[in-house]
Amino acid sequence: MASRLMALWDWFDARMPSVGEEFRKHMSEYYAPKNFNFWYFFGALSILVLVIQIVSGIFLTMNYKPDAALAFGSVEYIMRDVPGGWLIRYIHSTGASAFFVVVYLHMFRGLLYGSYKAPRELIWIFGVLIYLTLMGEAFMGYLLPWGQMSYWGAQVIVNLFSTIPLIGPDLAIWIRGDYVVGDATLNRFFALHVVALPLVLLGLVAAHILALHDVGSNNPDGVEIKKVKGPDGHPLDGIPFHPYYTVKDLAGAVLFMAVFCVILFFVPEMGGYFLEYNNFIPADPLKTPAHIAPVWYFTPYYSVLRAVPPLFNSQFPGVLAMGIATLILFFLPWLDRGTVKSIRYRGGLYKSALAIFVFTFLMLGYLGTEPVTVWGQAGAWLGNADRATVAARIFTVLYFAFFFLMPWYTARDKTRPVPERVTM
Amino acid sequence: MRFLPHSVPRPDMSDKKNIDNTRRNLIVATAAASGAAGVGVAIPFAWSWWPSERAKAAGAPVEADISGLAPGELQVVEWRGKPVWVMRRTKEMLEAVRKSDDRVSDPKSEVPLQPEYAKNEYRSIKPEILVLVGICSHLGCSPQSKPIDAKAEMGADWLGGFLCPCHGSKFDLAGRVYKGAPAPVNLDVPPYTYLSDSTILIGEDKKGA
Amino acid sequence: MRSLLLAVLLLPLQALAAGGGYRLDRAPIDPTDLMSLQSGARTFVNYCLNCHGAQFMRYNRLADLGLTEAQIRDNLVFTDAKIGETMRVALGAKEGKAMFGVAPPDLTVIGRARGADWLYTYLRAFYRDPGSPTGWNNALFPQVAMPHVLWTLQGERRLKVVSRAAEHAPDEFQWSQISPGEQNTVQYDATVRDLVNFLVYMGEPVASSRKRIGVVVLFALGILFILAYALKKEYWKDVK
Repeated sequence: MASRLMALWDWFDARMPSVGEEFRKHMSEYYAPKNFNFWYFFGALSILVLVIQIVSGIFLTMNYKPDAALAFGSVEYIMRDVPGGWLIRYIHSTGASAFFVVVYLHMFRGLLYGSYKAPRELIWIFGVLIYLTLMGEAFMGYLLPWGQMSYWGAQVIVNLFSTIPLIGPDLAIWIRGDYVVGDATLNRFFALHVVALPLVLLGLVAAHILALHDVGSNNPDGVEIKKVKGPDGHPLDGIPFHPYYTVKDLAGAVLFMAVFCVILFFVPEMGGYFLEYNNFIPADPLKTPAHIAPVWYFTPYYSVLRAVPPLFNSQFPGVLAMGIATLILFFLPWLDRGTVKSIRYRGGLYKSALAIFVFTFLMLGYLGTEPVTVWGQAGAWLGNADRATVAARIFTVLYFAFFFLMPWYTARDKTRPVPERVTM
Repeated sequence: MRFLPHSVPRPDMSDKKNIDNTRRNLIVATAAASGAAGVGVAIPFAWSWWPSERAKAAGAPVEADISGLAPGELQVVEWRGKPVWVMRRTKEMLEAVRKSDDRVSDPKSEVPLQPEYAKNEYRSIKPEILVLVGICSHLGCSPQSKPIDAKAEMGADWLGGFLCPCHGSKFDLAGRVYKGAPAPVNLDVPPYTYLSDSTILIGEDKKGA
Repeated sequence: MRSLLLAVLLLPLQALAAGGGYRLDRAPIDPTDLMSLQSGARTFVNYCLNCHGAQFMRYNRLADLGLTEAQIRDNLVFTDAKIGETMRVALGAKEGKAMFGVAPPDLTVIGRARGADWLYTYLRAFYRDPGSPTGWNNALFPQVAMPHVLWTLQGERRLKVVSRAAEHAPDEFQWSQISPGEQNTVQYDATVRDLVNFLVYMGEPVASSRKRIGVVVLFALGILFILAYALKKEYWKDVK
């Protein structure tokens, strides 16, 4: 049996050797640092979630109707009438949030260990592009259930474009294909969500991984393992990705799936964060829900948007701030002037800055899910402003300070010497 | 073998055999469990292709009121998206069915295309009431009714029946296919039952029958 | 467009200001209590289904509640709907709008949109208000277009709202009965409890089997994890 299989493989390999070559290049002979820790699971998990989303998404399109009159009903049809449809839909809705969870943790890993620093700038840029595409993908997908939150969320986000000076109003109409979010908008968002953006996403993921495998993986010590090679020409601190990291990632993936399934089967709404309650009300263009907030993964930027006060009768400064808040990520490799990569050898300045940044990001995210009145009003000395708005402004400043002050505090930081070899 | 790395970092050679056995068993067990998990994941996706509750509701049995059906008249009822013919046959028509026995390829309805209770001379529960799925057994067109007076079109010895417009298959007044027609077998008789003398339920057998 | 955007951004503030501050009661529902669900279904088809539809809920799905098709057909289907059809309502959206000012919303997933506590509180917070078009008003949902459909059960009540002296203290709600209904307070609360229990069930009929399947799936993942972890350990023995 086993030798038969080997013979079959030899037959195949003789005719198409590139499959084996690619496998060796990217798996069995790709040498990864042996000291990957917990934070290194989330890259592989992102790919797992991508596959989950593509498969469950394909099956959802078999029953979903991208039509303003039918969309809401077709989702309920999937939830009730299609055999097992509820499971497929919950997989996709849980997967959407899970995607952002793993991607955010993956990005945080980059900040921890300086994975964006030379020579890995391109990997980081592809990663940010993936993140932005994912945001577009999530935003468009969120319109499809055609509930109240879908509708008004899309309405507000598309209207952000209308604040752009001069071309804004026309741009918003062009994006919607109508004067309000309507059937045309739903139909084009559907096309982009199920065909165009997934293709872009797959291409970017391929580029991200190819770029990674060309320069090699970073690690929690931030040392370049290729500098110290054994007599066989392989890094002494490297181990083949397959089988070592495939078996390790398999265990991690099973654990991740367990968490995923706890949410999917026991709390699919996740307290209104993964599936918002108001989205169980069909879209009504004449009535805005009392409290609208974007889904949790957008709320940090939504907070930034709300925090910036209108200037010159225009909401554009807020929109601009929100745009800069995402786009600034592209420049991270050049903002960081630190000489070491990993947080293990950085000084107190970067460590504090990162801690403050994480807290800031979480607080902006939290505030974005709540109405601005959540903390009541401050006293007269602050003009009776909403406390939450004041806080959001402070956190917005801190968010930008992390990036804009980075050249200063990373250059000034007291770093510790980096070892020659990785530590376990 | 090619997939194994060229240099496995420092395996302990002293009890290599032991390690290999444990490892092989674990690989087999994990692969089997992962395979089972994969099948488990595939099930709900494949399952979703069965008819939905809506399709089932649309495919539910339909009632047909035959009280107003005149002798010789054909009524079409939709069941599961297909035309179902209900025809009240006259004495002459029943006579024509008997006379057709040597012209049709399966006069005794040996091919099971009818419920057991309709496997008889007239392929029906009550001789005069014919219930048929009006879909040709050839390639799925719906045949047309050609009464006995369509002799000009169907030939002088035509006894009445049905003609499929697509490929010319002929059927008699019990839905039995004529010899030599492209259609291989008789027309389907759906499951049906009498709720009363004037109402039949198409799509469901008598309970317990 | 710009003003709309601004309005939307400021909306949460206004909404909260108009919230009224009527406190939600916890709904003591139990999705495993079939008797309660059946009683709720009965109340639903008798009182709600005249104006509201449940256009995604099929009658034959009520078999989940331990009923046979014959029982459903005889006791719960009042229209000429077939057993496999959904709970549509004769009242069209246009007529509804003419009658109440707004079309009565479909109730299939109202349990998921509003939540059990809100529904439980809302259905117990109606009071007589001569100033409103229907003669009814609601403490939780002021100026609601819906009249008190269950009033023959609960009777008529009056509400007096007393503002507290302190600026931020919540208002005090004083209820008094004008005329008695067919049920006393305890019975009425139970009726509403059953109805809300049913509405929550109807919002996601699969909820109970979903949890059962989840337990099996997690058990299988547990076994897979043990194997995968052992395999990882086995391979990583080599890595020094």
